[in-house]
Amino acid sequence: MNALVLSAIFGVVMMFSGVVFQKNAAIKTTGIVAMILLFLANCMEMRGIKFFKFDVSGFMAFDSYALFFNGIAIFATLIYLLITSNQMEKVGKNFADYLALIFFIIAGITITTSFKSLLTLFLGIEIISIPLYILTGSDKKNLKSNEAALKYFLMGSFSTGIMLMGIALIYGSQGTFTIDKMDFVLSAKSNLHIAGMLFLLFAMSFKASVAPFHFWTPDVYDGAPTVFTSFMATIVKAAVFIGFVRLFGGAFGRLEETWSIWVAIMIAATLFVGNITAVFQQSVKRMLSYSSIAQAGFLLFGVYAMNDAAREGLLIYSAAYCLATIGIFAVLSKMTDYSFEGFNGLAKHQPVLAFTTTICLLSLAGIPLTAGFLGKFYMLKAAIMTGHHLWLVIFAVVMAAVSVYYYFRVIQAMYFKEGLFNLLRPAALKNIR
Amino acid sequence: MGILNSSFSLSADGMGAMLCMLTGISFPLIFVSTWNTLYKKANNFLGLMLLAQAGLMGVFLAMDALLFYFFWELALIPVYFICSQWGGAKRIKITFKFFIYTFIGSLLMLVGILYIYSKTNSFDITAFYNSNLPLKEQMWVFWLFFLAFAIKMPIFPFHTWQPDAYEQSPTAATMVLSGIMVKMGVLGLLRWLLPVLPLASFSWGDTVSTMAVIGIVYASLIAFQQDDIKRLVAYSSIAHIGLMCVAVFAENKSALQGTMIQMFSHGINILGMWIIVEIIERKFGTRKMSELGGIAKKAPVLTIFFFVIAFANIALPLTNAFIGEFLMFNGILGVNPQISKYGIPLAVTAGLGIILGAVYTLKMARKVFLGETNSLTEKGTDIAFHEKAILGIIAVTIIVAGVYPQPLLHSFEDITNSILNKSDVLHLLKSAKH
Repeated sequence: MNALVLSAIFGVVMMFSGVVFQKNAAIKTTGIVAMILLFLANCMEMRGIKFFKFDVSGFMAFDSYALFFNGIAIFATLIYLLITSNQMEKVGKNFADYLALIFFIIAGITITTSFKSLLTLFLGIEIISIPLYILTGSDKKNLKSNEAALKYFLMGSFSTGIMLMGIALIYGSQGTFTIDKMDFVLSAKSNLHIAGMLFLLFAMSFKASVAPFHFWTPDVYDGAPTVFTSFMATIVKAAVFIGFVRLFGGAFGRLEETWSIWVAIMIAATLFVGNITAVFQQSVKRMLSYSSIAQAGFLLFGVYAMNDAAREGLLIYSAAYCLATIGIFAVLSKMTDYSFEGFNGLAKHQPVLAFTTTICLLSLAGIPLTAGFLGKFYMLKAAIMTGHHLWLVIFAVVMAAVSVYYYFRVIQAMYFKEGLFNLLRPAALKNIR
Repeated sequence: MGILNSSFSLSADGMGAMLCMLTGISFPLIFVSTWNTLYKKANNFLGLMLLAQAGLMGVFLAMDALLFYFFWELALIPVYFICSQWGGAKRIKITFKFFIYTFIGSLLMLVGILYIYSKTNSFDITAFYNSNLPLKEQMWVFWLFFLAFAIKMPIFPFHTWQPDAYEQSPTAATMVLSGIMVKMGVLGLLRWLLPVLPLASFSWGDTVSTMAVIGIVYASLIAFQQDDIKRLVAYSSIAHIGLMCVAVFAENKSALQGTMIQMFSHGINILGMWIIVEIIERKFGTRKMSELGGIAKKAPVLTIFFFVIAFANIALPLTNAFIGEFLMFNGILGVNPQISKYGIPLAVTAGLGIILGAVYTLKMARKVFLGETNSLTEKGTDIAFHEKAILGIIAVTIIVAGVYPQPLLHSFEDITNSILNKSDVLHLLKSAKH
């Protein structure tokens, strides 16, 4: 609750900071300080200190799991702001507005991760989506950015429509929006209920860019300004997955037999499409957007397994994935050449930067002694614990091995290939140092 | 890690201690033998090599499945970086192939480990030994584990990464790969496969042995055709490792003891071979047999050492490999007919491979060391003192272990018995009937 209310307030504060302060540096400082306060407020709530005593028990439940994830999300956003806010200034004139939108997205995330009623879920998802449409199109003069925003908006609103339809069907069959009441009302599987569930499954899959609903992802991630792609592909996506697990564990737990096979097939499809397509990319940015689809496949194991190991794993996985991807995007946003060749010889000129990127890539590939390995480990463990569909797990590890191919291409370019490394902008060079 | 029931447990049984000794002996020898090779950024190179050594020793000592997996990967990654940074012209592609191959294998092994863990709820090795999975599940999990080990060893048909990787890696890394890293696979079979999945090892034993025997003959035939001595030694390594794999699945005392002592001997012998190949390449700038000849006249000391190592490589009596191969063949021939009916045909075919081994090794000796000198080898000189010293150590080890192997064999006694006890299929089947 602390984080929800405060992030909304800070969002408004950021909007006015654009009017009050003339310099971007002041706005940036305000934003970072606000984010730190937000993080502290969330930590306080985890310790039981609540600033706001509204009764929202019918709509939202701020349990420890949700609060923990909110902590991760806010922390990752803080890191994100610290690393990339310089790049953000370059996107356009409205720096304060971008920060404000990010705070509003955080508000949406806190709703999505702690919803208790389908209506709040809908609100949360929409509060996340609308600022994202704007951020995608924030590079106003760039045709690609505009195209991406329009595409994202059209597809996104379509999926929102499907989601509402699903919620309506479920309300029709259950007579309630509250997820924990559904389990008790449910006695027989009604077709209405199952249809509603499938609609929700599809809509959530769209938001989480799970195949076969992933088609918007590469175009939007590629078209959006790199700084915002980084935010969309990591924190927002992880939050949608937390909502996903909450929805399917809470509302449809009894129907697991019906949907688990659907989810299993979707995992296989997502891993396949994401990894295989990423192999053929020539641009690191596009590779990362396909890799984010592939990683969504692993995150979806959390929905599929739906046991304690999966819940823990989802937190570890999303934290590891967010930090590693933010790191790589931060490096990428400083490059002028997004192709693999653009990374040639980076290790020679920027050894520390190259080493950090390598660690991030190793983490994404799931090499032991990185957080990414622990995430994958938990996900696989959770999936094996369910006791069926061992083929899915084997398929997933084969695909993880495929992912090594494209992550290591970047490492190879940085360390083993010679390159004329004059592609970094002089100004950006100063920032790195 | 308490939540996962995994612990940092290391312990040295006879086999682990022997392999650690092998690692401990090999690394200084490798460093000294490449003393004069100038590496760019030598500090990184040596650091990565030592990291690989740490990983290897961890693999040999780990008594916890998760820890084993950690070290397994830890040993791989430094080697990947070494090979792709300091290797030959085609290094990046070749090393990448090697990395992906082994990475797929180890991930499948991780699934296998997790599968057993989901039944035992602990990663401890004793819990794994007591897992007693039903036959049907063992059959599955066997392949998950075996693929990892087979790629590492390598066993036919998973060997395709190996000759290229050996050829393109810097020689120091090739020594680590062939001398020590392949032993990870054999150790995996002995410690993590046979006792953990005895029923499946019994059921698939013949299949695997057949694959290994095909590999022996196939690799020997190809080695016979090679002109590049580095590739020749690489293929001969596949043949030797294949024999170890056949012996492991014979599941009796003689064969297992033979495998363990052969792990040590093969490590020493192949290290010696690589050192000589490295010296030749450094001195003459080529590894082609067709371009070399008559080195014996110019470098008599090198030739003597080469012949000692070559004789060990083809397992003549009084060399260490003779003990290992004799025990292994004895074990394969004397295999309990209830375990495998094909002991004799397997041993005969594998023996054919070993004879071929003698043929190509002697062919190499003739072409490279004997005969007339040519314009290239005319200016050859004998080896330096430090090279004499390391080759001397290797030659002494070869002969001492060949004449007096009792201490080694004795140290394997306990571990062999305990592996055999845990994988005693006939007993298991009998108790299942009652």
